[in-house]
Amino acid sequence: MANLKTTTSKKSKAQSMGMHTEVLTGRTQQKFFNPDEAENFYYFGTYDVDFNKRTDLDVKDMTAPEANKEIDNLMSQGFGTIVIKNPQGKHSIGVGILNKLNLIIEGSLGYFGIGSCDGPVVRINGRVGWSCAENLMAGKVVIEKNAGSCFGAAIRGGDLICKGSVGARTGIDMKGGTIIVGGDAGAFTGFMMQRGRIIILGDVGINLGDSMYDGTIFIGGKIGSYGSDAVDSKLTKSDQDWLKRKLKVAEIGENFDVSKMKKIVAGKKLWNYDNLEPTEKKGAI
Amino acid sequence: MCGIAGLIHRGKSSNVGNELQQMLQALKHRGPDSTGYALYAENEGKNFIMRFKVGENVGEGSSSVNEDESVYDERKKLVDSMLSDLGAKIIKEDRLTPYSFRYEMDFDKDLMEFSKKIESIENVEILSIGKSLELIKDLGDAKVVSDRYNLSKVKGTHAIGHARMATESGVDIKSAHPFWGYPFSDVSVVHNGQLTNYWNNRRSLENKGMRFMSECDSELIAVYLAEKMRNGASLEEGMKESLTGLDGVFTYFVATKDSLGMAKDTMAAKPLVLYESDELVAMGSEEIAIRSILPQEIDTYDPFDGEVKVWQI
Repeated sequence: MANLKTTTSKKSKAQSMGMHTEVLTGRTQQKFFNPDEAENFYYFGTYDVDFNKRTDLDVKDMTAPEANKEIDNLMSQGFGTIVIKNPQGKHSIGVGILNKLNLIIEGSLGYFGIGSCDGPVVRINGRVGWSCAENLMAGKVVIEKNAGSCFGAAIRGGDLICKGSVGARTGIDMKGGTIIVGGDAGAFTGFMMQRGRIIILGDVGINLGDSMYDGTIFIGGKIGSYGSDAVDSKLTKSDQDWLKRKLKVAEIGENFDVSKMKKIVAGKKLWNYDNLEPTEKKGAI
Repeated sequence: MCGIAGLIHRGKSSNVGNELQQMLQALKHRGPDSTGYALYAENEGKNFIMRFKVGENVGEGSSSVNEDESVYDERKKLVDSMLSDLGAKIIKEDRLTPYSFRYEMDFDKDLMEFSKKIESIENVEILSIGKSLELIKDLGDAKVVSDRYNLSKVKGTHAIGHARMATESGVDIKSAHPFWGYPFSDVSVVHNGQLTNYWNNRRSLENKGMRFMSECDSELIAVYLAEKMRNGASLEEGMKESLTGLDGVFTYFVATKDSLGMAKDTMAAKPLVLYESDELVAMGSEEIAIRSILPQEIDTYDPFDGEVKVWQI
């Protein structure tokens, strides 16, 4: 922390030019992570749970908010393994879980299932609709069948695995984490992705990696077409080792020949910091 | 937003009226303004069935102008007189609401000329005409419309339907889906999305003699496909051409007397979930529509961008 204070107390070139002189108010990052206050840290919505304490939850006659409140209630009672019965394609089941939890869903989910989660391990025995695991921060989500469009939209971390095929715009706007798909993927896979990795073992549709800012996409099958600024890159030995490890952990395509996969990255021709922030860039150099 | 649903039983008949009602009711949140059904029913198959309206539903939420119900009777008389002049023999007639009718007729002449003449009567619109198609649309959710028109016991092989959220045109029956594929009997279309080259296509098709009854962009799909088929294209060929001929985002279903098709635009911007088996194909904007008739665990998937599929009964 001492070093950080030293660094922040020094005026940058941008500040000396009159930029970034605003005074931040409220809780700063520095204060939030002060180790002296560690005992005061509290992550809202988390509980101590026992993975061996298991229960079933039948959501057949529940609305999504009722089901999600009951999941929260069960976690507050220490249940670490919850089995959801009869989801029947309902939307928004299992959202906002900020806890370590084994969540097993026996059936299929509708839209926005497992959204905005941080930490749970989720296994879905059926299919999921649009925007599954949107904004996932950490944890692991495994879908045994197919998934709809916008699979893993804007995820920041964690592993998102679909053993079947997925729809369009998989990994749109993703900022971290890994998406693994055992089957095919639709158009605009990796659209505007900023970080993280996508692995598709099957074919992908048109406009792969369109306008991607950064990150890496690995494709095992045919590519419909490349999107703007998506380019091929050399598949290295370390890439192959990582792919083998990841596919094994994901219980998917363990024997897949990763050496023949294509690696796609951002060409970075769309980066235009010179136009947007010329003084900032010069300052950084 | 809108919700669409469709199903086809292959090799057998079922209670499609009730099944489609359940599917569309599950999608009510996607479109509360109006609901439409295109049911391919078990009819004798000898007579033409014409469903038409002589006015609008002016109930709560309607964007139509209120009319005295007496004008409905006057328009009906004009229709009856015109039918007689055209050589159509009415075998059975039902008044379903003050403004809508179902006629069974004996008729074997040119449908295009027939439709033009009937629709030349002010505020009269043929909703559908054919030997198996029963096209019903009105304001309200799926259950309200089903109860109003007594659809829950209709048996047939296949059906498509629509729960509409009005975005491009008024809340009225003429803008509600499905649309009839004029001048082809037994052709209907439902659509979820927005078409951005509607006016260009409409002008072009009107110049070729095609007819538009509303200002709803979705009607373009029915007319576009009808024009392709009029020029000899098969349904599937017309649908494939629509992927480039229509601009915008769309998922649509089209049904004929013996088939059901789906098409999804190349951006895949509109949702569709599909269940397919040897006996039944069911599809809808959301999985809950399919689950409403198939609660057991089944395998479903999203068709990909630019995909066109057609199934036969």
